[in-house]
Amino acid sequence: MNKFKGFVYKEFLHLIRDYRTMIILIGMPVIQVILFGFAIRNELNSVNIGILDRSKDEMTQKLTSKILSSDYFILKEYLTDESQIDAAFKKGLVKEVIVFESGFAEKLQKEGRAEVQIITDASEPNMANLALSYTTGIILDFSQSLSAGKERSFVITPEIKMLYNEELKSVFMFVPGIMATILMLISAMMTSITITREKEFGTMEVLLASPLKPYQIILGKVAPYLLLSLVNLTLILWISMTVFGMPVRGSMILLIAECALFITTALSLGILISTVAGSMQVAMMISLVGLMMPTVLLSGFIFPIENMPWPLQWISHILPAKWFVIIIKNIMLKGTGFSYVYKETLVLISMTVFLLGLSIKKFKTRL
Amino acid sequence: MNENIIITEDLTKKFGSFTACDKISFSVKKGEIFGFLGANGAGKTTAIRMLCGLLLPTSGKASIGGYDIYKDTEKIKLNIGYMSQKFSLYEDLTVKENIEFYAGIYRLSTKEIKERSKLLISELGLERSADSLIRSLPLGWRQKLAFSVAVIHSPKIVFLDEPTGGVDPVTRRQFWDLIYKAADDGISVLVTTHYMDEAEYCGRISMMVDGKIAAMGTPAELKSSYNVGSMYEVFLHLARGKNE
Amino acid sequence: MYSIEVKNIDKSYQKVQALKDISLNVNKGEIFGLIGPDGAGKTTLFRILTTLLLKDSGSATVEGFDVEKDYKAIRKIIGYMPGRFSLYQDLSVEENLKFFATVFDTTVEDNYELIRDIYVQIEPFRKRRAGQLSGGMKQKLALCCALIHQPKVLFLDEPTTGVDPVSRHEFWEMLKKLKTKGITILVSTPYMDEAALCDRIALIQRGRIMRIDTLENIVSAFTGHLYAVRSNDMSRLNFDLKEFEGITSAYIFGEFIHADVKNCPDGNKLLSYLEARDHKDIKIFPVHPSIEDCFMELMNKEENK
Repeated sequence: MNKFKGFVYKEFLHLIRDYRTMIILIGMPVIQVILFGFAIRNELNSVNIGILDRSKDEMTQKLTSKILSSDYFILKEYLTDESQIDAAFKKGLVKEVIVFESGFAEKLQKEGRAEVQIITDASEPNMANLALSYTTGIILDFSQSLSAGKERSFVITPEIKMLYNEELKSVFMFVPGIMATILMLISAMMTSITITREKEFGTMEVLLASPLKPYQIILGKVAPYLLLSLVNLTLILWISMTVFGMPVRGSMILLIAECALFITTALSLGILISTVAGSMQVAMMISLVGLMMPTVLLSGFIFPIENMPWPLQWISHILPAKWFVIIIKNIMLKGTGFSYVYKETLVLISMTVFLLGLSIKKFKTRL
Repeated sequence: MNENIIITEDLTKKFGSFTACDKISFSVKKGEIFGFLGANGAGKTTAIRMLCGLLLPTSGKASIGGYDIYKDTEKIKLNIGYMSQKFSLYEDLTVKENIEFYAGIYRLSTKEIKERSKLLISELGLERSADSLIRSLPLGWRQKLAFSVAVIHSPKIVFLDEPTGGVDPVTRRQFWDLIYKAADDGISVLVTTHYMDEAEYCGRISMMVDGKIAAMGTPAELKSSYNVGSMYEVFLHLARGKNE
Repeated sequence: MYSIEVKNIDKSYQKVQALKDISLNVNKGEIFGLIGPDGAGKTTLFRILTTLLLKDSGSATVEGFDVEKDYKAIRKIIGYMPGRFSLYQDLSVEENLKFFATVFDTTVEDNYELIRDIYVQIEPFRKRRAGQLSGGMKQKLALCCALIHQPKVLFLDEPTTGVDPVSRHEFWEMLKKLKTKGITILVSTPYMDEAALCDRIALIQRGRIMRIDTLENIVSAFTGHLYAVRSNDMSRLNFDLKEFEGITSAYIFGEFIHADVKNCPDGNKLLSYLEARDHKDIKIFPVHPSIEDCFMELMNKEENK
């Protein structure tokens, strides 16, 4: 056995010996996917809405009944005047109000376009965002069925369209986010912890005083977690596809390649953290506060980035997870090819090269 | 002066099938310095933990300062002091803060805390360092201070777990001066050490081998009963015996 | 050529000066002891020599290789056992040993000869996790791991700290055997009595080397006149001795107090002084200084400088 193989073998022994951690690392993504999937779905089964129909024609009634028959919305209040909207929100009766402009059907027939205003209660941004995208989804669907072959257009922003999936299952929107979170957790946090563990236990001293080269130590430490990340990736995809029937519309090979890229980014972040942190505790704190929290909160997977104040938007740009989530959504939900995500991929690649270079440079050959 | 501070009778602790302490019986008098010797893993630490009320015995009896170790663990904790080489003082607090913290734990009044910390600082000659962080003090000073803090509440007994490991020879002796002074004040001392010359400083010694007390007596008694000239040879004799 | 050559090394951490102008040479195949209390700078010197730390100034070589320029070459030929327990607790005895063998591109089998005497003692436990070994066993395993690539120089930083006297004794027996195989051994210890087991020693205190020599030479260089004294009341004796005119130092040593007195060629003056102070069962006789006596004398001289 040569030096490097021996080192990797030892790392696998560590991983297997600490079976509790391994169970958590493998069990967590499974539980998260299932939890997110079901929790979010239930929430959207009963969103109270109000409708203000200024037109009251055949078209608006058709659309209203389509929205209400979706099972996601319950009509709580049928409003007759604009002034009632504010009151309905304030009383907490409704979370969303749909306003049809007057002469809706007529305008649609004549001009090929009509307007629907959707007002949501943004005090629950997550719910509001979901309800909004569901509603627009239904409206888009409606317009498409209406306009089969003809020129019809509604104003729909591409972001909403991207979130959109016709089965209206929210779990689809969360899977990319969960993938980002889990891969970040295992690759970055576990790598940083496993390296600082050697420092804390004093074994790093012996390793450094041996002919092992720093890159061999780093790669050896990283190898088991790379494998574990790939196992987790497979698990997440498998559960989302079988339990929730999530599609992978784009190329599977491209998807895995992008995931591998993101794992590498996260691993280099982990190594970087370990070069600064002196103890496992510090490494864990940095990973949790510096990586996990921003990944969960700012990568756009729970809260929409467009709604954030500019400093947070700016921060979200330097998060690898943000770019990863965009790429994954494109490939899985929209089925786009590499030509649509090459910009994001380039951003990720440059981040990885930078981080990896920095961490290898900072990883000292001495204490 | 003949009051027994520690009395144990067949004190036993088992961890699963492993017997860490096997029916140990001994007593320590008021103001006595009792040496607790034995090889690594002979059961010293387990015995001390039981006596401090940190570990419940499997069987046997023991009382500390008249308090039963099964029932009165809280009272025991108020009447003992503890110091070890590894844990003693908070490195990120100053000398004064450490003293005040420990004095506070033992429910001394604010006035007492002030008086005693002033006295202690002047006794150890630490006036100039009273406001410096513990981590900036040399190891020897730290250990002396740790001992003084461990007896700040005038406990009935103080447990010292390898208090002088790694300390320079002069400080090591100054440390023993402190131990003698505490003993003269009526505080019993139970001490473990790997320095065999320090074994000679103890009034009586017990030697633990494989969880049992293999020998007990004054250093002179032990040396004469094994017909050797030093405590090191006594130790070698007893601890070797089990290896072969 | 010396195996280890250190010239005028200084090293500071922020404000604290850890090493001051350290120079020493270690011959090939020698057991060289670095003796001093915790915080004297022993570990810092070890880390500089094992290429883990950069010195501020001075120069140092190991087997002719510069500790900074040729650090890669040094790392191939040294065995290092740091002060803290440096094995993988969650790996078994066997796995630890195998791992360290592969790190140096070798196998346990190729080097078994060198470690056999030590390894047979822990072999019955080879499947046990290192974390569950007793202190003495861990120490033996750590030594095996440091030896598995047949190093030319062995660095042992406080290998016996916290270990009981019997295990310490056994450990030194092992070092003596290794010496016969031509390995240079630099060992540090806070236990002064272990000086007797080294070929030469350096006494180190507060980052400064006070003396380098053989034990015999250090002991014979002791300048005081030492008496062992005892009486029926030792703690009062300790106090009274310090008041005796012409006393340089009085330190307790086991059951006696070692008193260093001037102008008292036969000890009679001391005897009558103590009798006058009401001591009974007085015993006074001249003694040869121990290494601790010498260390303390040097310490006091350093402080008075």
